[in-house]
Amino acid sequence: MRLELVRRPEQSRRMAMLSPLLAIALTLVSGAILFAALGHDPVRALGVYFIEPLTTSWSVQELLVKATPLVMIAVGLAICYLSNNWNIGAEGQFTFGAIAGSGVALSLNSWDSGLLLPLMLVAGILGGMAWAAIPAFLKTRFNTNEILTSLMLVYVAQLLLDWLVRGPWRDPGGYNFPESEVFSDAATMPLLIAGSRLHIGAVFAVLAVVVAAIMLGATLKGFEIRVLGQAPKAGSFAGFSRTRLTVFAFLLSGGLAGLAGISEVSGTIGQLRPTISPGYGFAAIIVAFLGRLNPIGILVAGLLLALSYLGGEAAQVSLGISDKITKVFQGMLLIYVLACDTFILYRPRLVRANPTGEAAHGRA
Amino acid sequence: MNAEARHTDTGSEAAKPANSQPTLLEARGLTKAFGDFLACDHIDFSIRRGEIHALLGENGAGKSTFVKMLYGALQPTSGEIRWKGEPVSIDNPATARRLGIGMVFQHFSLFDVLTVAENIALALAGKVGPGALAERIRTVSRDYGLPLDPMSIVADLSVGERQRVEIVRCLLQEPDLIIMDEPTSVLTPHEAEDLFRTLARLTGEGVAILYISHRLEEVKRLCHAATILRHGKVVGSCDPAGETPASLARMMVGADVREVRHREQARLDMPVRLELKHLSLPPAGPFSVPLVEIDLAVRGGEVVAIAGVAGNGQGELFDALSGERPLHDRGALVIDGHEAGRMSVGARRRLGAAFVPEERLGHAAVPGLKLSENVVLTRHGEHHVVRGGFLKGGARAIADRVVESFDVRKSHRDPEARSLSGGNLQKFVVGREIDRQPGVLVVSQPTWGVDAGASADIRQALVDLARAGSAVLVISQDLDEIFEVADRIAVVSRGRLSAPVPAATTSRDDIGLLMGGIGHGGEGASDAA
Amino acid sequence: MGVLEAILLTVITAATPLVLAAIGELVVERSGVLNLGVEGMMIVGAVTGFAAANATGSPLVGVAAAALGGMVLSALFAFLILFLVANQYATGLALTLLGLGLSGMIGEAYVGTPGVRLGRIDIPVLSDIPFLGPVLFSQDILVYLSFALVAGVSWFLFRSRAGLVLRAVGDNHASAHALGFSVRRVRFAAVLFGGACAGLGGGYLSLVYTPQWIEGMTAGRGWIALALVVFASWLPGRLAVGAYLFGAVMILQFHAQAAGIGIPSQFLTMLPYLATVVVLVAISRDRTRIRLNTPATLGQPFVPDR
Repeated sequence: MRLELVRRPEQSRRMAMLSPLLAIALTLVSGAILFAALGHDPVRALGVYFIEPLTTSWSVQELLVKATPLVMIAVGLAICYLSNNWNIGAEGQFTFGAIAGSGVALSLNSWDSGLLLPLMLVAGILGGMAWAAIPAFLKTRFNTNEILTSLMLVYVAQLLLDWLVRGPWRDPGGYNFPESEVFSDAATMPLLIAGSRLHIGAVFAVLAVVVAAIMLGATLKGFEIRVLGQAPKAGSFAGFSRTRLTVFAFLLSGGLAGLAGISEVSGTIGQLRPTISPGYGFAAIIVAFLGRLNPIGILVAGLLLALSYLGGEAAQVSLGISDKITKVFQGMLLIYVLACDTFILYRPRLVRANPTGEAAHGRA
Repeated sequence: MNAEARHTDTGSEAAKPANSQPTLLEARGLTKAFGDFLACDHIDFSIRRGEIHALLGENGAGKSTFVKMLYGALQPTSGEIRWKGEPVSIDNPATARRLGIGMVFQHFSLFDVLTVAENIALALAGKVGPGALAERIRTVSRDYGLPLDPMSIVADLSVGERQRVEIVRCLLQEPDLIIMDEPTSVLTPHEAEDLFRTLARLTGEGVAILYISHRLEEVKRLCHAATILRHGKVVGSCDPAGETPASLARMMVGADVREVRHREQARLDMPVRLELKHLSLPPAGPFSVPLVEIDLAVRGGEVVAIAGVAGNGQGELFDALSGERPLHDRGALVIDGHEAGRMSVGARRRLGAAFVPEERLGHAAVPGLKLSENVVLTRHGEHHVVRGGFLKGGARAIADRVVESFDVRKSHRDPEARSLSGGNLQKFVVGREIDRQPGVLVVSQPTWGVDAGASADIRQALVDLARAGSAVLVISQDLDEIFEVADRIAVVSRGRLSAPVPAATTSRDDIGLLMGGIGHGGEGASDAA
Repeated sequence: MGVLEAILLTVITAATPLVLAAIGELVVERSGVLNLGVEGMMIVGAVTGFAAANATGSPLVGVAAAALGGMVLSALFAFLILFLVANQYATGLALTLLGLGLSGMIGEAYVGTPGVRLGRIDIPVLSDIPFLGPVLFSQDILVYLSFALVAGVSWFLFRSRAGLVLRAVGDNHASAHALGFSVRRVRFAAVLFGGACAGLGGGYLSLVYTPQWIEGMTAGRGWIALALVVFASWLPGRLAVGAYLFGAVMILQFHAQAAGIGIPSQFLTMLPYLATVVVLVAISRDRTRIRLNTPATLGQPFVPDR
């Protein structure tokens, strides 16, 4: 017996809905096996990992806090991937956005004005855009592979941040810790729920989802993105410019990643540190694909990935399992999503190993 | 250079009966199912040594599937193949080659970056040293009049030379049967005559040739027998010498094929609507052809056709006309009196021009988008399709109208473009542009790979559009099509365009000579010889 | 030992993981597959190599385990992109993310554990040659293997029939299929080879370069290896040259730091990444050259009709 793929005449809408669910199910099964192999009761471990974080209001708020940057970044990445621009450097754009916004906050830290925060956010967006503009410019001007350049700039941005918090931006009163001053109240994102860490960044994330959904579904720009992504020649036949769209997609995703970066620093952390992200920029790639590059899907997928971070922390506390398992879950999830996506366009079929020998006897 | 004399030569060759020769290959009840679809349905077929046997049928009749089974590229679902009387299982092309079955593919199975010798080595089973192989290539290509340099890179070869590589590769395997899929579709008439001479020599040596072609004149002249397929079944066999092209076509299609009606002659007093003035364009990339000083004027009411062998600048010319590669000189292209050389695709469309590129899927249409979305592709400038940057419902109505008036067959109301058959999708993309009533229509290969019924509809629509006052420019490699629709014909060769001549007063041979580059002076002529 | 010799030695040490990983990816890309998972395969090779060496005490077992680790991960990639026709870009990224995750989890137990270093083998006679001897012939087995791989891959691609088939598949998979070559089988083999090489590159890091386990110790070398393949125009000899140049850039930062020039260490650490960008720009500017050298089916899916 051999598995063969038969191309469907059209995409299966049912599979398109089912594929992420199937991927999640497969990840859970694999997770159970993994937990069992590590010597834990798989049912209990999965419960601790995926259910417990949803049972207290504190952790649900925390879920939203973690989903905020993931969703914001993934929406931008989806626009990139739909238009066939492989921006994988969102982590760097996030970091540089955070640097730019924090630069404003730190230099005006004593300025108690309602304008400070908007100014920081704009700086964060512009910072992310600037960082994303580099691979976009190199791609459109010099034909340089954007995957590699955008990724290399992640390291550069992280090293830059490292230098800043250990060097010029280190808090002089901070006992030599590699941290910046704590942001003033005027430079801190307002909270949505008092006492929690949930800040208005979550609103920006939802807003990004809504705007992107409308753009992709109802506007000519969205149509252009899909056409140039699927069939570049058809796109230029339609009169769309690949170059302009590449710049657009990178600036948009860079801007969103930068906004996520400054929101995270200003809303969740409150100061600059050498590490400001547990890999949100990379996890957002998974969010984008798990959400089928659809903004609404991304909103759901962002919550799931956020859950995987919380679950990892919970598993470490309750079960003594390393939180490193989080990234294993995330990686597995993406692998399964990509595998399941195959069946949107292909139908699996079992065939006998040797078609000629048997079949010669005639057909039913 | 007497083409007529050669006609009678090969004609007499074809008349020679091969009945005394033993049967070489026989297929019994050969069937191939793809899921529920029977691409080949119990096909019985046999071919003798020294015979040129035509396999006729429309696109999708099952010809390709059938020969792929003979060549081992596909496995039959049921049925039997007998080779020299013995039942055989051909599980792989390598097995077929070992048995003595060779194949010359329509879309060559060559590797652009490799040398001729490397390309050939890939198909040979045993280990042959590079030196010995080059020598064998030289010998065979000399013997059969197929000059080739073993060390040249395939990417640098012309289409005709590439076919020579395919044929020489086949011959080096010393095959008893050669399958040829549309071998003349890419050749100039002159090159085709060379091919016929090679074939005559091969059959003289007892080699059988299974010949797939849709050029019925050619089949009638060349082939000793013909098997006709329709919807995967054998629907008849005949001696083509005793048939007419029309009767062969009737057998293939199962009905009479309509001829294009020219209701009236093109009028010569209409205004020029599309004009190319010294249009030049440097090559876009390493394998691209430059366009050199092209002049052409197309009047409203007429169809002008541009003939030529593939790869002589047709794609580049289309891109220059459509605006996908804008020109530097704004005056080099004039659409309805407006200098449009530097305009974008959209701006040219706003002037009333419409374009249909050669490649249906991926250029004219996006495979994964619905038909109504594919309408937006070329018509987003219309306010009932897009207004204020937002998509409006108008595209759906246009799609329905095109489907209705061009009889596009599909599975449900608004399917993805990729699910349509080639002919139906072509009707859709041509219909999408004609529905606009464009003043100027440029269309490349309007019926490439389209079945006879749909071809007739499309050609009729082009002529009707012109007669209603539009200027229609057809770029095509199919001389049958060109003579069917065109009022005037020009030929593109190495990026240069010949002066157009009236179709009524010119012959296929004249056009054929221009296609080979003769008529542009010594350089082209020496190369074609 | 002279200063120049010492510098060259460290350059080779810094370059060897790049040579190993990139030469494998070169073969993969020549077959028409783009595996962006090099970083993931490297880091998994690093951790499995370290773990196996640690468990058995034998660095040679570690070397084998590193190759195997990279290969297992690449088999997963091959299955997805060849048999499930998954998007190669996304699957490669997934492989990197999964590899980083897996290695972090497996390696957690080894953080701070002293490693087993792969020893040097002096090649008799040759290692006594002044200057060249200590640099080229008094190395560990992985360095010798990297030399052999560059020469071997070069021979394989341009002198052997199997290499001709591989190049043919990468140039035009439809033609190769029509002639009866199994495109998927050729690519599967190429991807496994690439995985093993990437694993070895990672193994070099944890068994020789810094013989211990540090999370994320590949630090983007897998991506630099990918850039090197482009830089080399898919030619093994040029790839080796590029890798040693990069090795030199990496070593430069250490020497600059040691020399105490006033540039913050972070900026020196950026050098290889910035150099990668600069090199990519320089090489990609010539579109014609890139187009002529890139395997024509690179990254394109292939589904045989059956």
